[in-house]
Amino acid sequence: MSPVLEISDFSVAYRTPSGDVRAVDHVSLSLHPGEVLGLAGESGSGKSTLVYGACRLLRPPAAITGGSVRYRGRRLAPAAGAAELLRLRPDQLRRLRWREIAIVFQSAMSALNPVLSVRDQITDVIHAHMEVSRADARDKAATLLDLVGIPRNRLRSYPHELSGGMRQRVMIAMALATEPEVVIMDEPTTALDVVVQRDILTQIAELRERLGFAVLFITHDLSLLLELADRIAVMYGGQLLEVAAAAQIKSEPAHPYTKGLLNSFPSLHGPRRDLAGIPGSPPDLRNLPPGCPFLPRCASGTDACRDVPMRLEPIATALDPSHVTACPFVLPDEVPA
Amino acid sequence: MTTTGNGVSPNGSGPDHGTPALEAVAISKDFRLGRGQILHAVRDVSFSLHSGGVVALVGESGSGKSTAARMLAGQERPTSGTIRLAGEPVSVSSHRAFRRYKSQVQYVFQDPFASLNPVHTVRYHLERPIRLHQIGPGGFGGMASPRKEIDLKRELDRLMEQVRLTPARDFLAKYPHELSGGQRQRVSFARGLAARPTVLLADEPVSMLDVSIRLEMLALLDDLRKRLRLALLYITHDIASARYFADEVLVMYAGQVVERGPAEEVTQQPRHPYTQLLIASAPDPDNLGSTLRTGNTTRRDKPVVGAADTGCPFNLRCPLADDRCRRENPALIQLSPTRSAACWRLDETGAGPSPSS
Repeated sequence: MSPVLEISDFSVAYRTPSGDVRAVDHVSLSLHPGEVLGLAGESGSGKSTLVYGACRLLRPPAAITGGSVRYRGRRLAPAAGAAELLRLRPDQLRRLRWREIAIVFQSAMSALNPVLSVRDQITDVIHAHMEVSRADARDKAATLLDLVGIPRNRLRSYPHELSGGMRQRVMIAMALATEPEVVIMDEPTTALDVVVQRDILTQIAELRERLGFAVLFITHDLSLLLELADRIAVMYGGQLLEVAAAAQIKSEPAHPYTKGLLNSFPSLHGPRRDLAGIPGSPPDLRNLPPGCPFLPRCASGTDACRDVPMRLEPIATALDPSHVTACPFVLPDEVPA
Repeated sequence: MTTTGNGVSPNGSGPDHGTPALEAVAISKDFRLGRGQILHAVRDVSFSLHSGGVVALVGESGSGKSTAARMLAGQERPTSGTIRLAGEPVSVSSHRAFRRYKSQVQYVFQDPFASLNPVHTVRYHLERPIRLHQIGPGGFGGMASPRKEIDLKRELDRLMEQVRLTPARDFLAKYPHELSGGQRQRVSFARGLAARPTVLLADEPVSMLDVSIRLEMLALLDDLRKRLRLALLYITHDIASARYFADEVLVMYAGQVVERGPAEEVTQQPRHPYTQLLIASAPDPDNLGSTLRTGNTTRRDKPVVGAADTGCPFNLRCPLADDRCRRENPALIQLSPTRSAACWRLDETGAGPSPSS
């Protein structure tokens, strides 16, 4: 099955007086129809810049410096093939956005308009992207609230009258208003309490089963992705370090950074493990070392890591051919003490 | 009301027994909301911080954990109840008494990006509390002679070494924007330690930091409390980190402590339905056949937020709630010398996993 969204060799730089900061550096990533792809990374890893860049939502000083982003939706005319997002005219882009690719932003309080009621915000989206009557749009808004589990009597509420969890649900309802094929979720539950988080994520999973959209889920929380995602891509210093099925990442992480991340979460279940975390600080993109960006913090790094080209390659020993990593020196796991 | 008082002897190495460094005795805080409405932010909460020990206050936003800490920090006055510092009831009514109290009890804020002043260097952030608390107010304005001679440079070096920002010289001249998030939080810790306190109140000290450096920061805090015999209050929404870091865990809901006990026992055999829900809701990397993957789950018939005004505050969300739960608010019931839970249905909650998982 061909990917619904295919990012190839994509680069974004922030233009600064002291030179370009390469926030995303030659990244290739595909999202398949109906899957949940998790994009894991710390702050400054470039995960949001990658996704917003691919949707052309960045403003100067950010500039796309190379690559391609192809979208193949079921609703596009088959003859036209894939749409190249980086070459679309503004009017074409506007037709594609939200209708085909929708985004749920992290901060619902700042993404929602404080002076519009929930219903007005949802119908606004519907009118902007679809040809429907006023009455139909209102019906649709009510149905959408049902879908995300908000009582219909909240249609006239304003954002400040809703709890944090409800606001995030409204964001999800708005993203789904136009039945998009791709839903991008940027830390949609990070600001919420764990009980509410689980409730919303379960609901997203249900909606995906029913509506069949693909999800690109951005988060810093790898433990959440292990439970939620079909595949996981790990990003660091503007580059992808590893991509594999979630089960594969859990059982056979290849890159030392992924291993370090997995060893950074206190677990509630099972015996208490010795946790190490990762020494050092996340990289400064203005001042990246040559070669592997993780080298300064890597316990198994060697001088040779300075010269390696950063490319995702299949792992010779892995059973899963889609498991790729940028670390050419994949070492066998130490036997746990 | 049954409280466990100070009879708790946490597991792990080291908390002192005897007189607690800081003790909250049945503290409560009400906020007036206007129109005669009153919010009971903290209700009748008691716990003891012992030198060298860590107590975790765990709860979701609005549970009252930060308000409890602010009362201990002297930022809010309890509506009722007593705070005892080294056994003595605390009165922070006068300016001088407040300063004396603050030199013993220090607070570390959550957000190292907001809690450091961007126009001042690291040196300024650390020198100020040293002068204020160790030298005394006379030494600050330069009007009176210092009460105590302090070798400022040695004190700064000591602080920077304690939080492992070395060599100190390199970091002291820097401004907050020149530091990473982890380094900023180390400066916050150093600032908290500058007064040579006996108690450190850490309000979500790692939740704004990147995942990969959180453990290192918690390990640093752990090391500091052992080396300096600090009594540490760790406030968090992340019960998993409390399992690894705290001796005793107190779970708060709607201003009340609903369950307390040794960290490993509370997280492995939770007895209160809310604690069970909290633990079942935490992300579980081992749960690969999760309902988050399939979405196949029974529709919930209980709200996921909200506290009841009468009866047990959790009764709206509780799968076990009966008439009594809707009528009467349960007090903490002693389960063992070190554990208690506030629930009418403890016979039903067993020691097993959560009913909702």
